Amino acid sequence: MSVAEAPAARAVVRGSSSGARLREILFPAALLLCIGFAMLTLVVLLVDVAVDGIPVLSGEFLTGFPSQIFPERSGIQSALVGTLLLMAVCAVFIVPVGTATAIYLEEYADNNRWWNRLIEVNIQNLAAVPSIVYGILGLAFLVRGPLELGRVVLAGALTLGLLVLPVVIIVGREAIRAVPSSIREGSMALGATQWQTIWKQVLPGALPGIATGVILALSRAIGETAPLIVVGAASFARFNPNDLTSDPFSALPIQILAWVQDPQDEFRALAAGAILVLLFLLLLMNAGAIYLRNRFEQKW
Amino acid sequence: MEASSTTAAGGPRPNLTRGRTPRSVGEQVIKALLFVAALISIATTVGIVVSLAAETIEFFSQVGIFEYLLGTKWTPLAGGDQKSFGVLPLISGTLYLTALGLIVAVPLGLGSAIYLAEYASPRARRIIKPVLELLAGIPTIVLGYFALTFITPVVLQGIFGIEVLIFNALSAGLALGVLILPVVATLADDALRSVPSSLREGAFGLGASKPQVVLRVVFPAALSGIVAALVLAASRAIGETVIVLVAGGASANLGIDPRESFQNMAAFIAQTARGDIAAQSVEFLTIFAVGTTLFVMTLILNAISIRFVRRFQQVYE
Repeated sequence: MSVAEAPAARAVVRGSSSGARLREILFPAALLLCIGFAMLTLVVLLVDVAVDGIPVLSGEFLTGFPSQIFPERSGIQSALVGTLLLMAVCAVFIVPVGTATAIYLEEYADNNRWWNRLIEVNIQNLAAVPSIVYGILGLAFLVRGPLELGRVVLAGALTLGLLVLPVVIIVGREAIRAVPSSIREGSMALGATQWQTIWKQVLPGALPGIATGVILALSRAIGETAPLIVVGAASFARFNPNDLTSDPFSALPIQILAWVQDPQDEFRALAAGAILVLLFLLLLMNAGAIYLRNRFEQKW
Repeated sequence: MEASSTTAAGGPRPNLTRGRTPRSVGEQVIKALLFVAALISIATTVGIVVSLAAETIEFFSQVGIFEYLLGTKWTPLAGGDQKSFGVLPLISGTLYLTALGLIVAVPLGLGSAIYLAEYASPRARRIIKPVLELLAGIPTIVLGYFALTFITPVVLQGIFGIEVLIFNALSAGLALGVLILPVVATLADDALRSVPSSLREGAFGLGASKPQVVLRVVFPAALSGIVAALVLAASRAIGETVIVLVAGGASANLGIDPRESFQNMAAFIAQTARGDIAAQSVEFLTIFAVGTTLFVMTLILNAISIRFVRRFQQVYE
């Protein structure tokens, strides 16, 4: 309370002056300007990308392959296919691993054990590791080193998966925690084992929350460029990867980067077009997350 | 909540699981499998440390550690006599770009947070929050594009008439600011809202005006949470790759002229990894040495942030 008393005492003295009243108007106005600036930036950014990118959007742009010589014949098919494959494999990896970790930490882990606390702190730390460092991990362990997968979709997808796993775990834990313990106790009282309780009662209740976490994680992964650069995604892939473990692959952010760095304006416009496709995918994912949240959210 | 779920799990269970029925064995197997999944996150950390450490040690067997840490010229990709491995320009470039980002994001982010937490009506919150989330979800490659094709030519050269190079620290720094603004705003908003309303009411009761309540009572009370938000935002900016790679340029610059081209550690790693460099050459090993430097820096910042968050949670729980 001592924090509050000292300034408030001074406030009584100044309260009625007209300067103070002016401040009461100007202060929120200045704050509103801050928010206005943030919103304006977003609008300007979207308009800038749309103005540059809409002219290049066409069926050929979606189905063509990138060319380093002819911008008008360039397309994003290999990048789009690469991104979709990356997301699919990434989802197959993060859904079971992320959910299992969240269940373990919420339902089984005894917080008095040092290893459980270590896992928790470790996940917090992993969430703050720069994405380029995950790229180095992918390069050293997945592309080369022990697994020796090479510069393939599987290596890229697992790298992205490790990067966004903390998001799935953190959001998933919140969803599991939101299931009231009376549900668990009721199930156990009826003779269900702990796992039966989790599988039949807790998980169904937490599912929308977990799904939201997975979508959030994937919408982070879809825009990640840095780890894919280090893992070695191809900038100008002339064909789609045939499978996950042998062919080189590209991805939308990598293709955008390659075009942004081209000094010719025609290629920059292609980058804007590819950004629009990327933003559209992001929008779809976020709409899915909002739908899940509204449609299935349980009120306990 | 936490306590009751552990009694539900730990209380009656031991009696049932002690007898080795098939059912209890199955339960133990499932628990073990879940634990293995949780261990993947530990394995990730170990993997990061091992992959960085092994090659970094190799790097320092070829380059002196003091030459690396104290040298002021960073030209590892140059040929012959021009080759130099002093990392200071990269570190200072990283901190400089981060500082530029913070100059933008701290006042705007905190202003937004204060408005959201103290002034906005529930309806306004429902509009503003998703917009901030949308801004936070914009991929960094898009911000890089924005910096290179809009901030530099239109805003800096056009509107303000500043003579910047095509690749310059100013536009990269501004884009970094846009990147971390929503981070600052949402986390500081959380911190401000967790200040109990009794503090506000007490101050109002003593006759304080709203700006006084906000700035002298609520803000100081939320300070540790706000500092944690700023530290986290700084660590995002320090580790950002693509914005700097696209808009900042490729020269490790020890100066402070924001119109010039600057590079940070992450962008250097990306640039080097893209080039055709023989694996195991000393140029290639710089990726790992710089990666270690970056990793250690963000680890320290994150530890500071966690410490601040803990302090701030203890006060009001």
